[in-house]
Amino acid sequence: MNSKAQLTITHLTKKFEANSVNEKTALLDFNLEVQKGDFITILGSNGAGKSTLFNAILGKFLPDKGSILLDGEDITYEKDYKRALNIGCLYQNPMRGTAPNMTIEENLALAYTRKSTHRFFAVNKKDSAYFRELLASLDLGLEDRMKTKMGLLSGGQRQAAALLMATIAKPKLLLLDEHTAALDPATAEKVLRITRSIISERGLTALMITHNMEQALAFGNRTIMMDSGRLVLDVRDEERAAMTPQKLVELFSRSARQALSDRTQLSVS
Amino acid sequence: MEIVNLILSALSQGMLYAPMAMGVFIAFKILNTPDLTIDGSLVFGMTVCAVVTIAGHPVLALVAGTAAGAVAGLITGLQQTKLQINAILAGILTMTGLYTVNYMVLGGQANLYLQHAELNESGSEVFVSSNTIYKMFASLFPSWDNTVAVLVLTALLVAAVAALLCVFFKTRPGMAIRATGDNEEMVRSSSINADMSRVLGIMIANALVALSGSLLCQQQRYADLNSGSGMLVVGLASVIIGQVLFGKRSVTLGVISAVAGSTVYRLILQFAYKINMPSYAVKLLSACIVALALSLPLLRRKWSLHKARTAARKEGSV
Repeated sequence: MNSKAQLTITHLTKKFEANSVNEKTALLDFNLEVQKGDFITILGSNGAGKSTLFNAILGKFLPDKGSILLDGEDITYEKDYKRALNIGCLYQNPMRGTAPNMTIEENLALAYTRKSTHRFFAVNKKDSAYFRELLASLDLGLEDRMKTKMGLLSGGQRQAAALLMATIAKPKLLLLDEHTAALDPATAEKVLRITRSIISERGLTALMITHNMEQALAFGNRTIMMDSGRLVLDVRDEERAAMTPQKLVELFSRSARQALSDRTQLSVS
Repeated sequence: MEIVNLILSALSQGMLYAPMAMGVFIAFKILNTPDLTIDGSLVFGMTVCAVVTIAGHPVLALVAGTAAGAVAGLITGLQQTKLQINAILAGILTMTGLYTVNYMVLGGQANLYLQHAELNESGSEVFVSSNTIYKMFASLFPSWDNTVAVLVLTALLVAAVAALLCVFFKTRPGMAIRATGDNEEMVRSSSINADMSRVLGIMIANALVALSGSLLCQQQRYADLNSGSGMLVVGLASVIIGQVLFGKRSVTLGVISAVAGSTVYRLILQFAYKINMPSYAVKLLSACIVALALSLPLLRRKWSLHKARTAARKEGSV
C-alpha cells in the first residue's frame, strides 16, 4: 500500500435491508485509494452509491464488509463524531451544517475548538480575530455580522459559513456532497470558487460529488464514476485532460445502459 | 401594607421556584426536549433534602438534593440516548419510578416534617424543628421579617446559580449543549459527542429543578410526596411569561427571563388569590396560561390571514 495514501477504501460492501424483498446493494466491493492532496470529483446517477460511500466514510453506518483507512489509521468501526475530528463534510442542504439559533461566531467557535486548545470561553478575542479574517476571505461581508444568528443568513451565505466550519480544523479529508446543488447559479459559482481556493490554499484532500459533467472535469485532478455501488470509471492525468463533457456523458449513459441491461437479464433469468 | 406583604410573598415564592424555571428553560428551550422528569425530580430533591436536613446538615442537604436531581436527569438522559426511548416517554418512566424511590426515601410515608427527637432538661423526649439554612440566616438578622429573610437568602442563591449558568453556557461544553438542541448533526460534525451533551444538559436541568425542591423543603419545613404534580406546567408558564417580557435573543437573557417569569407568575397567582380564586384552581389557570401562550403565534397568523382574505374579497366585489 502506498505510504502517501490519505484514504484507502478496500472491498467496501453495504447492503440495506439484507435478505428481504427490498434488499438494496448500495456498495459492492468498492475500492478506492486517494493520495494526499487529491481533489477527486465523483459522478454517478441517482442511487449509484455516492452518498452511501460518503456516509460510510463518515461512519453514519457500519459496512457489511471491507475497511476504511484514513491516513493509515483504520477508522472502519470508529464512532462518527470521533472521525469528525479529521473529516469535514458539506451537504446539499445548507441547514445541515450550521446551528440556526447560534451566532456565526459561536458556530465557528464550536467547529474550531475541536482541535485547538480550549480557552475558558469558547468565544474569545483571539479566536474571533482569526474568524473575522476567515470570514473576510469569503468576500460576503459576513465578517461584520459575526454576532448575527446563522438562521438569518441566505442559503449561499450559510453554505459558505458551513464550508469554513468544515475546513477550519484542517481536516485530513473534506467531503462535498453536491454542496452547491441547492443554490442559485450565481451563488453556486461563488461558493464553488471559494471551495476551490480553500482546498488549494490549505492543500486539502477532497472528494466532491457532482451531477455537472463540466464541473467534474474543471475541478480537481481526478474524476471517478460510480454505478450500482461500484467504481466504473477512474480518469486522471493525460486521459482526464483529453476528456470532454460529451465523452463523459457517453460513458455515463453507457454504464447506465449496462446497468439497465444487467437488471433486465436478471429479471429474465 | 397588605399589598406590600402580598408582593413580598410573591417575590419569595418566585425566587424559590426560579431554579425550577431555569431547569425547564434548559430542557425545553435550550435542548428543545420535552422532559417530564421534572415533576419527579422536584420531589426527589425535596425528599433527599429533608432526610439530610433532619440528620443535621442543612447546607449539605441542599447539595445532596440537587445531586439527586442530577441523578434523575442522568437516568432520563441515558434512556433517551443509549436506549433511544422517546424523550417524553423516557421522562414519564423516570418520573413514575421516582414516586417509589421518593416514598422509600421518606421512610415509607407520604410526608415528612423537618424535626427530630431530642431530650430536654427534664430528660423526656421532645420534637424540635431541625436547623435549616433559612433558620441560620434569620438568626444572623434577628430584626428582619421572616418573609424578607427568606426572600433575600433565596434571591442571593438564585443570583449565584443564574450567574454560574450564564458563564457555563459560554464555555465549550455549555455551547455544545446549546448546539445539540439546535442542530445535533452539526454538533457531531464538529467532533462533539452529542449524546453526552444531551445527557449533561438534562442532568443540569433536573439538578436545578431539584434545587427548587430542596429550597422549598427547607422553607416550608416539610417534604410532601405529592408536591411535584403539575410543576412542569408551572415551570413552562414561568418560562413563557419571561419570554413574553424579555424576548428570546440570547441564553443569558433567557436565564434571567426564566427567573423574572417565575416571579411574575407568582404575582399573578397572589392577585388571583386576592380576588378569592380558590387554591385548587391554580393548576387549571396555569394550564390555560401555557396553552394560550403556546398557541398565540398561530392564532395571530390566522387572524392576519383572515384579515387579508376579507380585504381581498371586498376589493374583488367592488
